[in-house]
Amino acid sequence: MTAGIDISLEQVVAALALVAVAVGVSLWRRAGLEEEIGIAVVRSFIQLTAIGFVIQIIFDEGTLTLVVALIAVMVTFGAFTARHRARKVPGAFWPLFAALGIAATTTLGLVVALGVFEPEPRFLVPVGGMVVGNSMTASAVALSRLGDEVHSSARQIEATLALGATSTQASAPIVRRSLRSGMIALVDSTKTTGLIFFPGTMVGMLLAGADPEDAVRLQLILLYTLLGSVALAGLISITLAYRNFFSPAHQLREPPQP
Amino acid sequence: MLFELDTVTMSRDGREVLRDLSASLPEGASCVAGPSGCGKSSLLRLLNRLADPEGGTVTYRGRDVREPDVLELRREVCLVPQLPALLDDTVAGNVRYAAGLAGRDPDVTRLLDLAGLDASYADRDASKLSVGEQQRAMLARALALEPDVLLLDEPTAALDGESRGAVEATLLHLRERVEVSLVLVTHDLEQARRMSDWVLRLDRGRAVAQGPARELLRA
Repeated sequence: MTAGIDISLEQVVAALALVAVAVGVSLWRRAGLEEEIGIAVVRSFIQLTAIGFVIQIIFDEGTLTLVVALIAVMVTFGAFTARHRARKVPGAFWPLFAALGIAATTTLGLVVALGVFEPEPRFLVPVGGMVVGNSMTASAVALSRLGDEVHSSARQIEATLALGATSTQASAPIVRRSLRSGMIALVDSTKTTGLIFFPGTMVGMLLAGADPEDAVRLQLILLYTLLGSVALAGLISITLAYRNFFSPAHQLREPPQP
Repeated sequence: MLFELDTVTMSRDGREVLRDLSASLPEGASCVAGPSGCGKSSLLRLLNRLADPEGGTVTYRGRDVREPDVLELRREVCLVPQLPALLDDTVAGNVRYAAGLAGRDPDVTRLLDLAGLDASYADRDASKLSVGEQQRAMLARALALEPDVLLLDEPTAALDGESRGAVEATLLHLRERVEVSLVLVTHDLEQARRMSDWVLRLDRGRAVAQGPARELLRA
């Protein structure tokens, strides 16, 4: 299933020609994105190079302790990043941290326990990175929607609380919609995979010279793994976060404007 | 006394909306009347603990409102907000939802009738009704809890003259058919006179007058 491939720095530099196209488009249509594109290129180069070194060290050491440490760092940064996108949700960091942490450990634990992957850094590091990344995106979308929904549906929530419903009962419809919006992007892309786009892992393996059958099977494993982890992360982040909108006496902390 | 408020203070968005307010509301039909922004809706929300005051106490039939279970209090003292906010369901679905919260099996037709809607409304989509009809559906939904007290926040503010008269008639008729106390918030003193036995007048978060409606609001 493995294949070797050598990529020189010159090849990477050559790919910058396509970045020049992006800058050109932005300049021509005055999209004002040149600076952002520049920052994105520099950051991606530095971050990926750095993580490449870190992964190399972890692979060389071959210990699971370093894998756990790396995933813990990714979970923490993921929770910070997602919190920025869920600004309307009070105290969003800990729900996100718990969601990403539990999604990562449960998913990786399951794929190892089921014998899908061996408990080795070369499997756990890339799969862990994908799980945390996708879980972060899904949780951020779900909590962002939750924040918007609580504000736009405040009158309906309070009218339901006024009947003696618990905060859980009063927020059930928006919790449902928020979870759905967090998961729907991955569900949709899983439905259209292979038809409209080729997912990254498969592309990477094909470029690296792998057998297409192996590339497809690995991609399927990852898609199914990600579906599970994204559902878990969305569920946990929303279940923990929606409570922050209510007082223990089932009152909306920010009641609807009169 | 149904409700007593003792030196109640409350703020909203950094602005004091109720200041050292002390007042009583007896059993029967009471009105909290005053100009918009005087704190009357905020006061209503204290009565079933949709909000708590920063200072002072609120008692319901002699007991601090914080003593009973808050959910039981809200099922006994049910608030109908100023603007309708029904669930995405049929009218009957909304009524059944409320009844289910109190563990009751509702007679939907009777509840609709009490709220002034005929049985044909049961299967209609709540979101497709007029504001006046939605307001009645809100009332039917609240009645499904079989509450002891109904708190009505400007129940006719969003309605035209004809619908307003009809809702008022429904509420007056309701009291003849069901044993329930009403606390009605209104900016309309005429409505307060028509609808209530007792009036509490607020201005800028303070009680400026309270007493029997026929004495306080002589025609």
